Amino acid sequence: MTVIEARGLRKVYGKTIALDGIDLRVEEGRILGVIGLNGAGKTTALNAILGLTKYEGELKVLGRNPWTERNQLMRDVCFIADVAVLPRWMKVSQALDYVQGVHPRFNRAKAEGFLSRTAIKRNSRVRQLSKGMVAQLHLALVMAIDAKLLVLDEPTLGLDILYRKQFYDSLLNDYYDRSRTILVTTHQVEDVQHILTDLIFIDRGRVALSCSMEEFEQRYQEVMVHPEQINAARALKPIHERQVIGRNILLFDGVDRAQLATLGEAHIPSIADLFIAVLGQASAEREGAAR
Amino acid sequence: MNTQMNVIPEYSLETPEIVPAAVAATRPLLWSVRRELWENNSIFIAPLTVAVLFVLGFVISIIHEWSTLHSALVDPQTRQTAFHFPFDAAAFALLLTAVITGAFYCLDALYGERRDRSVLFWKSLPVSDLTTVLAKACIPLLVLPLITFAMIIVTQTALFLLSTAIALGNGISTAVLWEQLPLWKMWVSILCAIVTSALWYAPLYGWLLLVSSYARRATFLWAVLPPFAVCVVEKIAFNTSYFADMMTFRLTGWYSQAFTPLAQGGASPADPLASLTLGRFFSSPELWIGLVFAALFLAAAIQLRRSREAI
Repeated sequence: MTVIEARGLRKVYGKTIALDGIDLRVEEGRILGVIGLNGAGKTTALNAILGLTKYEGELKVLGRNPWTERNQLMRDVCFIADVAVLPRWMKVSQALDYVQGVHPRFNRAKAEGFLSRTAIKRNSRVRQLSKGMVAQLHLALVMAIDAKLLVLDEPTLGLDILYRKQFYDSLLNDYYDRSRTILVTTHQVEDVQHILTDLIFIDRGRVALSCSMEEFEQRYQEVMVHPEQINAARALKPIHERQVIGRNILLFDGVDRAQLATLGEAHIPSIADLFIAVLGQASAEREGAAR
Repeated sequence: MNTQMNVIPEYSLETPEIVPAAVAATRPLLWSVRRELWENNSIFIAPLTVAVLFVLGFVISIIHEWSTLHSALVDPQTRQTAFHFPFDAAAFALLLTAVITGAFYCLDALYGERRDRSVLFWKSLPVSDLTTVLAKACIPLLVLPLITFAMIIVTQTALFLLSTAIALGNGISTAVLWEQLPLWKMWVSILCAIVTSALWYAPLYGWLLLVSSYARRATFLWAVLPPFAVCVVEKIAFNTSYFADMMTFRLTGWYSQAFTPLAQGGASPADPLASLTLGRFFSSPELWIGLVFAALFLAAAIQLRRSREAI
């Protein structure tokens, strides 16, 4: 089942083009990471998917138009937009009561179970909790909702490494079950590299790269090249080259692994390194086109 | 944990439809009203404070002005006013408190959630913008009037007990006092005042909710300056003040429509129901025009809540 299908998704704010024709297809059970710089259009894309903003182009989420059928859609879609959007005056017990009251698919026992593993007290107000605890509380509420699509927009921004690790561990162990779909944007790419099944790079409102993680691991190789073989390596047209403590690290797209292994230590690149390479490529192409 | 998860049966897409439609529709509304009450405890605290202060003030004034009170009470001419004044003043003070509380509540209702970004949490739940805005409109139109009515009854009961003590202390029989203060009739009259004022002020609350959903800052200025500007422009351009008169009538008109004041030949306070003119109130076009505007303002506020982003 296709959970999200977008064709030519566009959004213009005045003179700023936030989304410039995005095509996207997300199947059930995938965990898609949406990676992009600040202002690249990630949040706008997510807002369109969540029916929070109007858009041009075709977009279907769980077979519905998110803008016109938002009310029905929100029974099956859940999201955490940004850290710490829980109302500060609310008590933890009130948050549980309220979500239980309005959401037909909220499993309170599950939320309580998750909370009992944290230091969060039921009678605390959100304003008394640390930022990490607020994120835990929000995650507890969201994970107890039996939704088909979960959208996370920078859910761990500003949290320390321990909370971030716990956040994604809980998500993967206690929530994800292959019939649910998760969409996540984050700047802390290293946190999510191992949980994603799919990857999409957004740059200036366009899709700069879209692939599954299997594809990613097969296509891209990063090689720490022996100095004497640098020219042979460059002849294979790396998409990016960088220097780390005097060694050249070259990133290759679709070059035979056996061949690369002869040039130096080869490994799968981090998403962050690939992102920089792909963005560098894109800006070089733009400059080329400008000339 | 993961294996346990898989055991939990998957609910079908159709689950909510099994719930009777009426229950499904009112449940989010009731919970939304409840959460407004959690957030805005001034809805209770403001009238409670006024009531407590009023009763305290009444007790202090009895002790302080015992001698003048005594002379006022023994004279049948002034007795009525002396007994009645605190009751009317308490009702008026609580009614005014409700209107002011309601106005400030509305002004913040749809602005505050965007300012603290909690709107992103509320919108992540299956509660429509229609339900949310209606729940917020229920506070000044339904909840505050109910609380105010209850609070007036409690306050006046306290005043009544105190007045009984005063009457006995001044050698006036309780029968005379109770004749002067027909509580049931007074309360029916107060209920009418609360209902008519809420209906009359509905467009004001609607306007404030609309401003609250629109403004990115300075909600109070957005609420006050446009009507004020219209008054000024009208005065300069045409040297007339229809709009200003209309606004004044909007603020005070419910009373002159629903009651005939004593000075204009209304009934004596001994029979408060005789001064009621509900027929005139409900047949006044201003009421219905106002309600149409209230509906338009609310509809606009719902649309704005849908499209406006967090600040």
